[in-house]
Amino acid sequence: MVEMNMIKALNSALEVQLTKDKNVVIFGEDVGFFGGVFRVTDGLQKKFGEHRVFDSPLAEGGIAAIAMGMSLNGLRPVAEIQFADYIFPAYDQIVNEIAKVRHRSGGEFTAPLTFRTPAGGGIKGGHHHSQSPEAQFTHTPGLKVVYCSNPYNAKGLLTSAIECNDPVIFFEPKRCYRGPFYGDPHNVPTWAGHPDGDVPEEYYNVPLEEARIVREGSACTVIAWGTMVHVSEQAIKDSGIDCELIDLQTLVPWDRDTVVNSIKKTGRCVIVHEAPKTSGFGAEMSASIQERCFYHLEAPITRVTGWDTPFPHTTEWDYIPSPARIAEAIKKTQEE
Amino acid sequence: MTERVTATTKPYTIGRPPFRPGEDADFGGKFTQQPGDLHRPDPATCTAQDTVAHASGLVRVLDDNGVASGEWNPMLDAETMIQGLEYMMRLRIFDDRMIKMQRTGKLSFYMRSFGEEAIAIAQTMALETQDWIFPSYRQPGAQFVRGRDMVSMICHCIGNTEDNVKGRQMPVHYTWKEGRFISISSPVGTQFSQAVGVAMASAYKGDDEVCISWLGDGTSAQGDYHYALNFASTFKPPVILNVVNNQWAISTHANLATGGRTFAERGLAYDIPSIRVDGNDFLALYSVTKWARLRAAAGLGATHIEVYTYRAGAHSSSDDSSAYRPKDEFKQWPGGDPILRLKEHLVKAELWDEERHAALAEKIDDEVMTSYKAACEFGDLASGPYPPASTIFTEVYETVPWHVQEQREELGK
Repeated sequence: MVEMNMIKALNSALEVQLTKDKNVVIFGEDVGFFGGVFRVTDGLQKKFGEHRVFDSPLAEGGIAAIAMGMSLNGLRPVAEIQFADYIFPAYDQIVNEIAKVRHRSGGEFTAPLTFRTPAGGGIKGGHHHSQSPEAQFTHTPGLKVVYCSNPYNAKGLLTSAIECNDPVIFFEPKRCYRGPFYGDPHNVPTWAGHPDGDVPEEYYNVPLEEARIVREGSACTVIAWGTMVHVSEQAIKDSGIDCELIDLQTLVPWDRDTVVNSIKKTGRCVIVHEAPKTSGFGAEMSASIQERCFYHLEAPITRVTGWDTPFPHTTEWDYIPSPARIAEAIKKTQEE
Repeated sequence: MTERVTATTKPYTIGRPPFRPGEDADFGGKFTQQPGDLHRPDPATCTAQDTVAHASGLVRVLDDNGVASGEWNPMLDAETMIQGLEYMMRLRIFDDRMIKMQRTGKLSFYMRSFGEEAIAIAQTMALETQDWIFPSYRQPGAQFVRGRDMVSMICHCIGNTEDNVKGRQMPVHYTWKEGRFISISSPVGTQFSQAVGVAMASAYKGDDEVCISWLGDGTSAQGDYHYALNFASTFKPPVILNVVNNQWAISTHANLATGGRTFAERGLAYDIPSIRVDGNDFLALYSVTKWARLRAAAGLGATHIEVYTYRAGAHSSSDDSSAYRPKDEFKQWPGGDPILRLKEHLVKAELWDEERHAALAEKIDDEVMTSYKAACEFGDLASGPYPPASTIFTEVYETVPWHVQEQREELGK
């Protein structure tokens, strides 16, 4: 085990995959010589050569299409979209082409590729460097959607994503690259000393489709992904209520059994995400949970989310779900 | 017998920048192209075919000694040139002050126009006040030409209570309708094809308006660039489309953005007159833009311009360019410094001197400091006040729908 932040852990996952499988190639904007604007691919071009790790022209639609073409012909590309906010020029390729090729070709062609993309707010990035567009992809059959939250699961999940034979959209909570975020912008811890900052240097994986129980509890189930896992952890502490915290990790296909079993135990559920509420992935989960747990629910399922507005710049702390808002929602589930 | 071509051993070609850190940035001295090399075609009759040499060459007016010559010399009066110099100095001093503010935590982010000051300024000066400016993030200088108050610009960069976009955007993403300066957006290139739409609306309404837009060499890889050229070629609206080739898209050199020849030459394939211009030559930029406006206003359609320049600073306050290019590369750039080049021209013509230059710089510096202090009266980044949280919920739609209203009440601010 080595102490790593999320950037190092992701870099390590990529390094292991490049070593293990000669068909893995990495490309995207600024990922080659410079090693990425967040430094996730730092040193990889030097180690593996410029035909395996390279800078692409600045065109997300092109990056997606090239990745698909490579994957149709035997490679396993891992392309970076520099910010999730910039994935939309690639949306046609992802939604209409990459997601559907297995199905529409009768299984003859597949696109085993991964798009890594930093998402989420908390870096004063305004509406074009802060969005969490996961639901835009969970609504597209054929894609697997993953959202890591700490160095350990970042490496393990990225490994599984690259090895997965389906296309994966892999979201990285950029606010947590260098440390967990507990909702207080003035308190900025690093990953040093955090148990999930201990990461094996060698190969391992965290399976897709499995949620992680961060904290066991009996009074309420709190479900979150990405940065919100840590903010929820803080909220649970602040609330003083014995909550079970689930880090969903994979959004599609999500680990319904773990979630349902937890709610059957607690009878209460709060779902937290940064993305806007309307048609957010919390809505899908909420509907599914009530179908399975209706007779176990002691209170309405509650969502604490970003507002149904663009993500702001100056006032971002009034936008991102805060520990206070989440704690309030948890307390409310106990009143019913 | 099957024909064969000797195969390369490389799997595919990877473009390279001319120099990497630790290497000598040697561009071979000066540009080979000189003022007078390229004639100025008649704007009333010019076709794309007439600009083949202009698309591969380089239109210059100022030579390496600051002397203006050739058919493209706009023959500007002293007042206009001194005004242009003042705007460029204003932009550089403003940028320098703002980046210092960012470094000391007084702004969250900043982007300078360093080395590219002539572009937005000369080009906007060549337009009419009713023309639309559709900028990228390195053309804020156009606002000085249109007379925007510096305090209001700084308030935006801080995101305080006087920010006209209410703290919603990152710094440098200016919006200024009064100056017909359309909102800068972070997704690069989107403005380019929108600019063609703006111009089509002007044409539809019969208004004497031209729209100008810019994007970078890197961004010219985006579909939006090609949509813009194709629609402009098809509908021939009054638009001026500039590719600012400043060599660098964050860490990615222009050589990795295209395997083709010049960016300007791409326009020829769309049958649009295309010109490559020395982007650090104020007079050449002014002249080419004036020429393009004449064509646009006459209903002759778009002009495609490659503005050949160098991004002297880092991409933004978030990166350190010495990690991917030689530190002194900008000093070796054959195009030199746009401010010093115009200054040299004015001094040689005995229209300007060192004393006046220094006095002007000092005056602007004072003005920037005074403006910064005045802006902070409306709130600074560290302690505010900021726009109220209620601004999150307004202007999402024309009126606030019930679900957004409920969320606003839930926030309780």
